[in-house]
Amino acid sequence: MTPGQIALRALIVGFIVSFAIITGFAYTTLLERKVLARLQHRVGPNRAGYIPLPRRGGGPERKLLAGFLQPAADAVKLFFKEDMTPGKVDRITYTLAPMITVMPAIILLAVIPWAGEITIFGAEFTPYFAIAPGLNVAVLFLLAITSISVYGVVLAGWASNSKYAILGGIRASAQMISYELALGLTVLIPIMLADSMNLGDIVAAQANGWFVFRQPLAAIVFFIGMMAELQRAPFDLLEAEQELSAGFNVEYSGMRFGMFFMAEYMKMIIFSAIIVVLFFGGYRGPFVDQLPGLGFLYMILKIIFFLFMMIWIRASFPRFRYDQLMGLGWKRLLPISVFNFIIVAVFIVLQEEGVFDSLLKLLGVG
Amino acid sequence: MTIPSGGDTIQELTVEELRAKVGTGMEIENAEEHMLLSMGPQHPSTHGVLRLLVELDGETVVNLAPDIGFLHTGVEKSMESKTFTKALVMTDRMDYLSPMSNNLGYILAVEKLLGVEATPRAQVIRVILAELARISSHLVWLGTHALDLAAMSVFLYCFREREYILDLFEMVAGQRMMVSYFRPGGLWRDLPEEFEPAVRQFLDFFPAKIADYEALLKNNPIFLDRTKGIGVVTAEQAMDWGLTGPSLRGSGVNWDIRKAQPYGGYETYDFDVPVETDGDVYARYRCRIAEMWQSMRIIQQAMDRLPKGPVNIDDRKIVPPPRSELGHSMEAVIHHFKLWTEGFSAPVGYVYQSIESPRGEFACYLRGDGGPKPARVHFRTPSYVHVASLPFMAKGLFVADLVSIIGSVDIVLGEIDR
Repeated sequence: MTPGQIALRALIVGFIVSFAIITGFAYTTLLERKVLARLQHRVGPNRAGYIPLPRRGGGPERKLLAGFLQPAADAVKLFFKEDMTPGKVDRITYTLAPMITVMPAIILLAVIPWAGEITIFGAEFTPYFAIAPGLNVAVLFLLAITSISVYGVVLAGWASNSKYAILGGIRASAQMISYELALGLTVLIPIMLADSMNLGDIVAAQANGWFVFRQPLAAIVFFIGMMAELQRAPFDLLEAEQELSAGFNVEYSGMRFGMFFMAEYMKMIIFSAIIVVLFFGGYRGPFVDQLPGLGFLYMILKIIFFLFMMIWIRASFPRFRYDQLMGLGWKRLLPISVFNFIIVAVFIVLQEEGVFDSLLKLLGVG
Repeated sequence: MTIPSGGDTIQELTVEELRAKVGTGMEIENAEEHMLLSMGPQHPSTHGVLRLLVELDGETVVNLAPDIGFLHTGVEKSMESKTFTKALVMTDRMDYLSPMSNNLGYILAVEKLLGVEATPRAQVIRVILAELARISSHLVWLGTHALDLAAMSVFLYCFREREYILDLFEMVAGQRMMVSYFRPGGLWRDLPEEFEPAVRQFLDFFPAKIADYEALLKNNPIFLDRTKGIGVVTAEQAMDWGLTGPSLRGSGVNWDIRKAQPYGGYETYDFDVPVETDGDVYARYRCRIAEMWQSMRIIQQAMDRLPKGPVNIDDRKIVPPPRSELGHSMEAVIHHFKLWTEGFSAPVGYVYQSIESPRGEFACYLRGDGGPKPARVHFRTPSYVHVASLPFMAKGLFVADLVSIIGSVDIVLGEIDR
């Protein structure tokens, strides 16, 4: 393919995937509200949009999929709300901050493999279906872009000229920096196991067994670090409603607030996708080699599983305190991931050098 | 101070001006470097309209001053212009989470002033309802305390069970919250028939629910980290600051008005007073949970012994005649008219009656001047004392701990401002 064709294909795929994610974001909010409601003995949103099913023999009609238009109603509400700018804010930073938060979330989409080698309408996608397939430093790209989004939150806190917001912003910077370390070290483990930074290779290396079964500890640390990175409960200190009323976004309204909201939920989806790719076999599943289209389905199901886990945790856990959060990050997760990293590295070298084979021979087993 | 602060920056004001502006007279340690944060009166976790002025060094609370009065309703003064019976409705609105206890405290004071005692049946019913009110109030406390620590589901579970108790109140009093059910000399009316099975059903299903809440909190390491060793109050401090109720018993002082100065027949019930010695937020949590179990024991005993008989004393000068008599008794009509227009006259003198409300020692000072209206009413409310003790509990801790401490002393602003 010529570079022009590659660019065109990336553009088309990018459009489709971004559109899908934006719809997915909207329905993640609905999923969260519905699941939380069920866990808390409530009904959840059920007014906006339903399919009326008349009951046989009269009576009130049954409402199927009650509430499925709620995301649309929310979006309309946010767009029509007055977009207030408080008096003494730093206008440029205040306007830019939500954009800085939401953009990395979309950029992260570029490298995530959604399905294996597949042909759609005669167009071949090799080596896998993604906006930018075959990027050989994809994992590095993910880490780099993720780090940018903290700027949005910190700047929002600073520019808002509000005490609650600044406290939220300070918390955000400290929290994200400390959890990024553990996260980065844990990401190295799939890289070492697959011997590649290419996400496609990492998924392919899991054909005979997901990495979560070989490195459950790394997967758990990654999941915790990911929750902290996403500012999800119990790590939602920067918007701690009960302490800082809303933290960094307290002065935002209308669609600017909506963008923070959007960034949070889009990052939830994308980080779920990343953990699926790194530890849970990505798009791999039964019969995926015969029918590559199944890859999309497996990917979506696995993502929904992780979204559900995050919502479930939010419903049941209290929030950490600032120092406890730091303690967990620096005193527990970081040492665990460092030692895990060293142990895995040593074992891989020993295996490559054939030490295990000679050891087995020595013992007379092999 | 370099951090932007909404309106004026602190640098533009002198310390005196600042103090006048914040209006609490709090000593500001370091106005140059510390942040002054005004938490409330509109804030999600100040439990109503409490305003806290907090001096923060980073996230650490250096100094703290509660600012109250945003919910001032003039209850005590208004009661002076109502008859003894009509003033009752004001007490519902003070501690709006346990109106039955307020009613009880006030009514016992009125009865003490009049020198009458309620009938045995009325006394047992009062105990049942006061203990139900204690459970419902503790449920709200548990839910909001957990919510302050962001364990949001517990809140909704607690309110589900509280709803059942409010339904019981509606069953007996016609009102879910503003009950005004206890009257001088007895009750508004007898219990409805369906009350007893409903309470027994509650006693059946509620233990499992407490176990559910505890499973979500007691076994959760984050909850334990957030509550253990936080807001420690020693026994001496608790006594010095006048803390009462679970806040005092959490510090290891065994003082419960129901045992120490029994009222309303509490001395005849078999129950324990839960005492914890740690004095921290977790100890207060344990105390209140244990109190719910003890309240259930009391209700169980009261239901078993509930005597038959009238609920009102047979004194037409205090208790209005039943409506059925109005059609054929001239005397009843006169009594009815006199009691609902002028009211009964109380003797000259004063009484002080304290009870154990869910929050602590709730007491009513009542002075009669011979007329049908109280000459002076004053309430000693536990929340008022507890909010004053917030500064010494929270100093040196984090903002997040401050929220947890506010939740643990269980304040109700309606009771503070009166």
